[in-house]
Amino acid sequence: MKNINRRDFLKLGAGAAAMAGLYGCTSGTRASGHVVVVGGGYGGATVAKYLRMWSEGQVQVTLVERNTDFVSCPISNLVIGGSKTLADITISYANLQHKWGVRVIRDEAVGIDAGARKVKLAQGGELSYDRLVLSPGIDFMWDQVPALKSAEAQQQILHAWKAGPQTVALRKQLEDMKDGGVYAITIPKAPYRCPPGPYERACLVANYFKTAKPRSKVLILDANEDVQSKKALFTKAWSDLYKDIIEYRPNSELKDVDVAGKAAVLEFDQVKADVLNVIPPQRAGQIAASTGLKLINNRWVDVNWLSMESTSTPGVHVLGDALFPAPTMPKSGHMANQHGKLAAAAILNLLAGQEPNPAPVLMNTCYSFVDSKNVIHVASVHQYDAATKTVQPVKGAGGVSAARNELEGKIAMAWAQNIWADMLT
Amino acid sequence: MKLSHIAAAFCLAGMAASAAAADPHLGRNLAATCANCHGTNGKAVPGSGMDALAGMEKEKLLQKLKDFKSGVKPATIMHQISKGYTDEQMDLIAAYYAAQK
Repeated sequence: MKNINRRDFLKLGAGAAAMAGLYGCTSGTRASGHVVVVGGGYGGATVAKYLRMWSEGQVQVTLVERNTDFVSCPISNLVIGGSKTLADITISYANLQHKWGVRVIRDEAVGIDAGARKVKLAQGGELSYDRLVLSPGIDFMWDQVPALKSAEAQQQILHAWKAGPQTVALRKQLEDMKDGGVYAITIPKAPYRCPPGPYERACLVANYFKTAKPRSKVLILDANEDVQSKKALFTKAWSDLYKDIIEYRPNSELKDVDVAGKAAVLEFDQVKADVLNVIPPQRAGQIAASTGLKLINNRWVDVNWLSMESTSTPGVHVLGDALFPAPTMPKSGHMANQHGKLAAAAILNLLAGQEPNPAPVLMNTCYSFVDSKNVIHVASVHQYDAATKTVQPVKGAGGVSAARNELEGKIAMAWAQNIWADMLT
Repeated sequence: MKLSHIAAAFCLAGMAASAAAADPHLGRNLAATCANCHGTNGKAVPGSGMDALAGMEKEKLLQKLKDFKSGVKPATIMHQISKGYTDEQMDLIAAYYAAQK
């Protein structure tokens, strides 16, 4: 049965029929078709699983992912701090394939023909789609840090802002550093992936130094004028726990790097470090940024928040950190997972010839470790607002932890276990 | 054609009861916003320490959510999250989880 029969429909009366049409309440139709998902991170893995689960296997899903396994950015600062290993944050795509029936292709999408509804792959293949989902994360704007344009330089001055080999390499640099050394981390101007992440990393490196290399220092060079997330809680942790270790310098925008000298080049001075960790300025991942989708500030993809569909390119939905965010919405893994569910619901409605849900809700929680056990959170809830055509934070909802605490340290790990399962198991 | 009668009747009944029932999947979609922490369809990872919501009696879950929202029930984070949802949305969420086995 494709549609409610017209004669039956008319029996309901013109008013009811009009309302049913208005609200998209045509339960007689079912979604079918083929959805290609590019990128198997927090957004892409979620939309792939939820499309299969909610369509009861009726919608075919192909996931294009260049890595063999999923590696989580959240919790990766604990690997850098030394209390977790890369294996603890690495999960296979096997369940997505075998339990949920997602076709996983290890390849990279390099082009889109939105008119013909085709994706070009790096290894020469081509995939046709009814709907395309891009969840490409971020790419770095190396032209803003010219000395780091070469692959060789990027092996020496690490970002570790995409979890994987760089995470392990940064940990090794910290282990190899002599006691009395300086670890400097540079933070780009907002917006960037994971607003509290750099401050959490500073805490966890300082926590490692405190016991293993007590004469060492952590220097935070922030391009922003102030701490971007959980400010009161982070600054309290710094003064309570790391008073003589962490130094915070706002308004310190990185202009370039002296690779051989391991120095951050700022506007008026150079700051030398023993381990220099540069988080470069970011933009939407290449596949989203280079294929004609409408970008805001030439960096972030503009979407319709009822469907996560590009405002310029029909049939192409975009998720996660690549987006120009709605007001106060962070670039976080949790939020990307929520984008994935919103997109899955909207795509299934669209494939069944129905309007997307007119009242979507998105929620965010983010836990940051300030040492290996104590955690602080920030949470928010965002509801669609028809007047402004975007999702708006609900006033009076959300907030931060009253104080750092060990209970939320346990909850943070429970969060990780459950969100990883929600995406991949 | 009988199925379509049922579908249409369900649709109308839903609309009559509440405008929020406009999309038949609204409860499912709202409940999915909780799944990051509480597990897909409320089935939390065993041993993770999170409350599994699947199959919880509707009235019990709804009361819990309302108590978080009013502040009667202390929490680390749920008092802040619950304030982001309307009572009508909480009702849909509780009904969805109660129906999960």
